Parts: sequence; structure tokens; C-alpha cells
Amino acid sequence: MKTLRLINPELEFLRYRRRLELAGYIAALLFMVLLGRFFWLQVLQYDRYQSMAENNRIALVPAPPPRGVIYDRNGAVLAQNYSAYTLEITPDKAGDLEETLARLAELVEITPGDLRRFRRLLGESKGFESVAVRSRLSEEEVARFAVNRYRFPGVEVRARLFRQYPYSDTLAHVVGYIGRINQQDKDQLQADGQDANYRGTDHIGKAGVEASYEHWLHGRTGVERVETDSGGRAVRVLSRDPPTSGSNIHLHLDARLQQVAAEVFGDYRGALVALDPRNGGVLALMSKPGFDPNLFIDGIDAANWKELNDAFERPLINRALRGVYPPGSTIKPFMALAGLELGLRQPGDSIVDPGYFSLPGSRHRYRDWKKDGHGIVDLKKSVVVSCDTYYYRLANQMGIENMHRFLGQFGFGERSGVDLDGELAGLLPSPAWKKRRFRQPWWPGETVIAGIGQGYTLATPMQLAVATMALANDGVVYRPMLLRAWQDAETGRMHYAAPQVVGRIPLKSRHVAVVKQAMVEVTLPGGTAAVAGAGAAYRFAGKTGTAQVIGIKQGARYDEKRIAAHHRDHALFIAFAPADAPKIAVAVMVENGGHGSSTAAPIARKVIDYWLLGKLPGAPVAAAPAQEAPVDEESEDTGPVLEDAPATTPAEEGAAHAG
Amino acid sequence: MLVKRLLKRGVAHLDPPLAGLLGLLLLLSLATVYSASGGDPDKVLAHLTNMGVALTALFLASHIPPQRLMQFALPAYAVGLLLLVAVELVGDVVNGAQRWLNLGVTRIQPSELMRLAVPLMIAWYLHHKQEILRPLDHAVAIGLLLVPVALIIHQPDLGTALLIATSGFFVIYLGGLSWRVLAGAAALLVLAAPFAWHLLHGYQRQRILTMLDPSSDPLGAGYHIIQSTIAVGSGGVAGKGWMNGTQTHLDFLPERTTDFIFAVYSEEFGLIGNFLLLLLYGAIIFRGLVLAAGAPTLFGRLMSASLVLTFFIYAFVNMGMVSGILPVVGVPLPLVSYGGTSMVTVLFGFGIVMSVATHKKLVKT
Repeated sequence: MKTLRLINPELEFLRYRRRLELAGYIAALLFMVLLGRFFWLQVLQYDRYQSMAENNRIALVPAPPPRGVIYDRNGAVLAQNYSAYTLEITPDKAGDLEETLARLAELVEITPGDLRRFRRLLGESKGFESVAVRSRLSEEEVARFAVNRYRFPGVEVRARLFRQYPYSDTLAHVVGYIGRINQQDKDQLQADGQDANYRGTDHIGKAGVEASYEHWLHGRTGVERVETDSGGRAVRVLSRDPPTSGSNIHLHLDARLQQVAAEVFGDYRGALVALDPRNGGVLALMSKPGFDPNLFIDGIDAANWKELNDAFERPLINRALRGVYPPGSTIKPFMALAGLELGLRQPGDSIVDPGYFSLPGSRHRYRDWKKDGHGIVDLKKSVVVSCDTYYYRLANQMGIENMHRFLGQFGFGERSGVDLDGELAGLLPSPAWKKRRFRQPWWPGETVIAGIGQGYTLATPMQLAVATMALANDGVVYRPMLLRAWQDAETGRMHYAAPQVVGRIPLKSRHVAVVKQAMVEVTLPGGTAAVAGAGAAYRFAGKTGTAQVIGIKQGARYDEKRIAAHHRDHALFIAFAPADAPKIAVAVMVENGGHGSSTAAPIARKVIDYWLLGKLPGAPVAAAPAQEAPVDEESEDTGPVLEDAPATTPAEEGAAHAG
Repeated sequence: MLVKRLLKRGVAHLDPPLAGLLGLLLLLSLATVYSASGGDPDKVLAHLTNMGVALTALFLASHIPPQRLMQFALPAYAVGLLLLVAVELVGDVVNGAQRWLNLGVTRIQPSELMRLAVPLMIAWYLHHKQEILRPLDHAVAIGLLLVPVALIIHQPDLGTALLIATSGFFVIYLGGLSWRVLAGAAALLVLAAPFAWHLLHGYQRQRILTMLDPSSDPLGAGYHIIQSTIAVGSGGVAGKGWMNGTQTHLDFLPERTTDFIFAVYSEEFGLIGNFLLLLLYGAIIFRGLVLAAGAPTLFGRLMSASLVLTFFIYAFVNMGMVSGILPVVGVPLPLVSYGGTSMVTVLFGFGIVMSVATHKKLVKT
């Protein structure tokens, strides 16, 4: 450390040169390393990086297909697409959203409802996705925005396809609606392996035919190869595999028939199902009141939803499939047929109806709706006048097991399998069912009232229609189908749906003929639906029925005038026509309609008149339930008057009879 | 007046081969920045302006006699060190690093000044001690180097610290530090590496890890490296052609006019372009080293060689980083990247190299 070193400049310079050269060589060596690296990347690994750059550059952008159109049997459009301009904001690009919205509002009208919906959609979407603020811009608004576009980064006008339901509430429960794809839908699509096909699709069928035939209506998503920048913005389209639009759906349903039905229902609530007995095609399927399905497409806002969901009338419920009611007297033709088929009755056998029936060894009286009884009653008359006593006795003789087995063949207690979601199965009781449900034995009295369609028995209007159809066509149970055909979007070919036979009930034609004749006489003078049947230009077969809403106290009498409108009985009517070669089978349920004869039967008549004769109805069948409907004593067909308080729910009923 | 005098003396202090090579590199830079900016006229014009300023700096520097330059060594170093201490105490924090000093009017980054001041100071010091060079003098030189480097590391700005350390090291190495000390320092460095790892900041470790495996964080720290490697690799042998780089023009490359401009160049001109670029850099470095070797004074030799070798280090580190063999450090590609500071510093340095080379006839030692 202490040594001083004298410097020799020559040596010093030589050492400097050596070290500089060394540094130079090292530099050259390092450059060779770089060159080697470049050679590796650009020659040896070229293919790999080349394809990575391509993948970077090229994005596959889904091109969503236009949705299939839904037609009725005559080609009327029930659900269609139309193109309209929407104003959309991509939040990531828009900067200050509030300010943008405020400035936009100066150019185009943005309602508080639009804003609410925008904020809701905003919460559901990612920042780089565009969210609609306004739809259906007018040409003028589009032009005004176009001029000011430069002031609004991240805001665009887009042409989009919208779904629209021209028949609005009339067909809401049939056609249903589409709605925005939610997480649940996404999970389902993934489970079905359909998620790829739904890239770029915002909406999916949520209810009705829109949901049932989603797989045909949606179509195949196409793809555009788009050159993108790192922000994912499309720079230009390189190639295009166009989408295949969804297949059109053609229904058996006749929109005009449905409109007629809606019209004749007037202000009543209820349901109507009309089937073609020759193939099970659903000609009309109505649930009143309806709702406007157009509200649901982009997500219904809270106020509208609350209004629809909380309404006393329950417009969102499809009563035809989800309303379960005691079939009441409409069960009688089927019971009569059971009596004949099981050999318990001959057409000529008569009973004497004292106005009530008692089980052997019991003083308990099951009363007929007609206090003094119908006198001498044979099978035909039992249907025509809707004699309760006849069926109390028949049911008791038949036993619940036989009844369950026979009626089950007509589809009671089972879903009809109609091509709509949410159908309920109703209830066809049996001792086994009761044991399961209540852990209680079956009581003979329960069989007695089951004979007139009361007690536990519950059916949907659809089930009544299916049973009526099976009766009308001598025992063929078709699966009710809305779908008549689907039109392949690629080939344009129509694929007709073949009728699906669920079961063939072995029935003797002479037995069927007796019951049908009885049902025809129901609509003739002396029958319970004589008024509704008056002047029919065809053989009109029907059966009235009444479903109780509230129980009547022992000894009390049902007095329509003293009962609040929403406690009145539900009116039922099943019908088919022409009786000899049925072309239509109808089940009508009018909530709080009072009597099947006065409200439900005329509705069926007008619907069938239209279907068979093309006759348009003049006016609704009756005034709204709030007003008084005239009651014809002759055609009165109220429900049975039970001395034990009956109830509409099976649970209460079971309890009442168990005691 | 000064300008007139300078013009009268003309280009006497410029080295024509080196000036020509630098000119070629600048033309290439212009083309690449043009492409990288997507033909943005504002950016290209600003780049041209920067070039003008930097060339003026070169011209001026070439006319500063080395003796005059030596007089700046101590003050520049002292001021730089003071500013670094000031940064340490009252600096602004930008992006988590305390690098900037706010002077009220403008913010400066003292570490930039030290890029020239540190080698200048050490060269000056060794020059003065050249008559009787004791081991202690080398220790002092090493101290002169380590103090600012330590301060810059602490900011933290590891990239700049390493580059400044390198430039100072070149001076000391060329100044004759014994191989035994060098070997000892190298051994110490290897031993210290594991400890240094623990001293590194999280993001610094991340950068090193990212270099080793960019795919571990493809959208975060690895994004730059992955995208730049793709750009280089997809360039192939012949490149995609000027203005045709998809990585560049579709916005996948980050920092494409500055630190990652080499990816743009490489994507568009391919392996052939890269080879030519390395050749050009090599020629510049070779010419620079030749000039340094011919310098008449120790100061001149040390200063010139250090500047040229530092230039090499910048180029190597940048290209190594972009092609994924070195961690990401904020180093521009010298004389190609857009950005005035770096261009002025580098060309000013080459001005010094030319000055040292051309003043030997005028000033004898």
C-alpha cells in the first residue's frame, strides 16, 4: 500500500491499448450473442412468433344471427325483428359518464326510464362493452348526433335488430318473450355446449315459444375475422363467415281465433285452450289478463315489474298451464264413460235422485245442486242436467282406484307435455297419493265428491282441453303442440311436426257415442248450456262446470249476489264440435265467472262459431264480474252444496273429511 | 459572435468517418421513429428538432478543448452529487421512485447529469494522479464512483445506476486497476449477489423474474417482453417491411417510439436489418475506440473510451432487453429512440470524443 509506483508512459499506454482491445473484443462478442439471439428469434423460432403475431392481430368477432320469426298458422307474424338505431356508450372510452350523459341529453331525448335501464345494464356489463342509452332513435336524432359525434368519444349510434311482439298481451303467454342473457342462462348454455354459439348474442328466449324453440330460433352465429389493435378495436374486416339466421317457427295457433277468444272474454280473468282433436295442435291458448311482453326484452324496469307482479289479477301467470282448479262437473262425461266402460252402468239404467246421496250406514247427505233432486235420471240425463247424485253413487260404486286409473288415461294428474315451460300437473288423487301426502287413509266420502270433480281433484285448463280432445276423437291422446312446422333457415325447407300420440284409450265406440250425444244435448233445450247452444249451426257438444272458490257453511246456500266478486265460483266449460267429426276441442275457465252455463259456455260457443263458421263475435259474452249477470234458473249448474264446508285446497278438504 | 467563429473554424474538429456513421444511424432513427409513431408529423418534427439540438451539442462539444473540459470535471461532479443528495432529501416521488428534483420552474433528474459527470470526474482524477499512481488513488476513484451510484440505487433507479457504474468502471479499468483487484471485485460481486437480491425492490426482482419467464405474468410485467419478443421474432429474416409491422401499428408494442423502438425496427427490417444495425453500431464503436486510442492525453483516452464503451453498453442492454435476454431497464436505444435528453447526452459525448481526437495537433502534452 505504501509503495509508490513511477509510471512509465510507454508501458502505461501499452497496457491501455491491451485493455481497450480486450473491451473491444468483449463488445464484439456480446454483439455476436445478440446476433445469435436474433437468429434464434427470427429464424429458428420464426413460425412460432409469426403465428403469435397473427393471433395478436386477428380477432374473431362473432356475428350474431337474426332471430327466427314466429308465425301463426295463417302466416301472421307473432314475433318479428326490426332494425333500429340505438345510442350506445362504451364506458371505458367515454371519460366522465355523467357529463357525457348530460351533454347527450341536450341532443337526444333521454327519459328517466332510459337512464334507469342504462345504469342497470351498466352494472351488468364490463367497461369495454357498449351499453345502450336510448333505442329507436329517430332519423332526426341520428342526424343530430352524427354532426356532434366528435364531441362524444366512446358514444356510437348502432343499427341493431330488435324483437317485437305485435299481438302484445293477447299472445304474451304463448309467444313469451326474450330477455337479456343472465348468469343462469350462461351456465345453462355452457352445460349445453352452446356458449360459443351465443357469443355476440345478448338475448335469449325466456318464456313461451321463444324459450321452447330457442334452439331453432337462435340460429348459428357467424364469425368475422377482424384485424384489431391491442385495445381490441376493429380496424378492418379481413374475412367473414356470415351467420345463419334462426329458423322460423310456424304454430298451429290461429292469432285471429286467439283474438276472438280475448275479445269474448271481455274483462273476465281466466283461460281458454283450444285444441285440434285430429292432431293435438294448439289452436288457441289464452290466459287473461295478459301483459305486454315487449316490456321484458331489455329487462323490465322495477316499476313495471312491481305493477305486473303485484297486481291482484296476476297477469304474469299463465292460467292455462299453471292455474289449477277443481274440474267440477266437467268431469262428469268422463265419469259417465268410465261407468260404461267398466260395466257399472248401461245407458238405459236409471236412478231416482232424491236430491242427495248418503253412504250406506251414514246419515251424512251429499246434496245435489238441485235441492229437490232431478227425479228419474239415466246416464244421458245425468250429463245433460249435470245430476250430482248420479255421480256420487257411481263414484262410490266405482271406487277411487278405478276412477284414478280410468281418468288418468285422459291425462288428468299429468302434464300434457305441451311445448311450453312451466306447466303444472294438477292432481288426480288416489289412496296411495293421500298416504304419501298426508299419511292418512282414504275415506269413502272423498271418493263420493271426487265423482263430481270436487275434493282433491285439480286440473289445469290445458288438461281439461286434452281430456276433451281425447273424448272428441274417440280416445286418442295427442300431445298438445303449438309447433306446426319449423323452416330450416339454410335450406328454406319446412319441417312439419308430426302429431305425437301419448296414448290410445281403448274405448267402445257405442259408449263414446252415448256420452257424446249426451254432451250435444247439454247445449240443446233442457241442457245446462241450452242458452249458449241456441241456434248453433253444427252439433255442439259441451259440458258445464263450476269450481268453488270459497266453502259454503253447512246448511247455507250459495248466493251469488251476496258474495264478493272475487269469491264467486269459477265457471268452466268444455266443448268440441262438430260432434260427429270434431275439428276443435275447447276448455274455458272463467275466474269468478259464476256459472259455467252463463259465462264460460257462451265464450266457447263464440270461439267455435268463429273457428267453424268464420263468424265474428258481436260483443263480449257478459259484463265484467263486478256487474250482475242474469242467471237463467233452468240452466243453473252451480257446484254441489256440501254439508261439510268444502274448500278449494286439498289440504283443507282432506282435513274436513278426515274428521 | 461565437457562432461566427465556430463557423469560421468550420468542421475542423469533426471526425468525418464517425460523423458519417452517426449520420447514417440518425437517418435510420428518423425512418424508424416515423414508422413507430404511425407517421405522426408532430412526433417526427419533434424528433428532427431533437436531432438538430443534439447535433449542435456535438458540434459545440467537438470545439471544447479537452483542457477546458477537465476544468468542468470537479464542479459538474460536485453539483451532481449535491443534487443527488437533495433528491434523497426533498425529491419528488414519481412512479414510486424518488428521481426528480423540483426546482420550481422545472424538474430535473440529476442522475442524467451524472452520466457524463462521473466518468469525467474519474478520468480527470486519474489523469491528475498519473505521474505516481498509488493503489490508494484507485480506491479514491472507486469511491468517487460508488457514492453517486449508491445514491441513485437508493432512489431507486437501478438501470441508470448500473450504467453509470459501468461508465465509471471503464475509466478505472482502462486507467490500469490491477487484475487482482478486478478479480477480487468480481468474486465479491458474485458472493454479494444473493444478498443484493434481498436488497432489491419488489418490482426490480419482478423484472428479473419476468425476464427469466415472461409468461408468468403475460398482461402485467411480462407484457412488454412478450410483445416485443413477438415483434422481433415475427420480423423473420427480411422483416415485414417499413410501416408494415403489425405489432407496431396495431398498438401491441408498448413504448414503441422510446425504449422499445428496437422491436419496431426489428419487426419491420428483420434479421438482415438487425445485422446491418449491429454492423453500424460496431463501426461507430470501432471508430470511437480508434479515436480514443489515438488521444494524446490520459484524460482524453480514458474519457473517450469510456464514452464509446458506455455507448456500446447502452445499445447492448437495450437490444438485449427488447429481445428478452436482459431484464427490462429503462434504457433507450442510443441515437435511435425518440427522446431529446438521451440523444443530446450521447451526441455531446461523441462531440467530446471528436474534440479529444482533433485537438491533439493543436495541443501537445
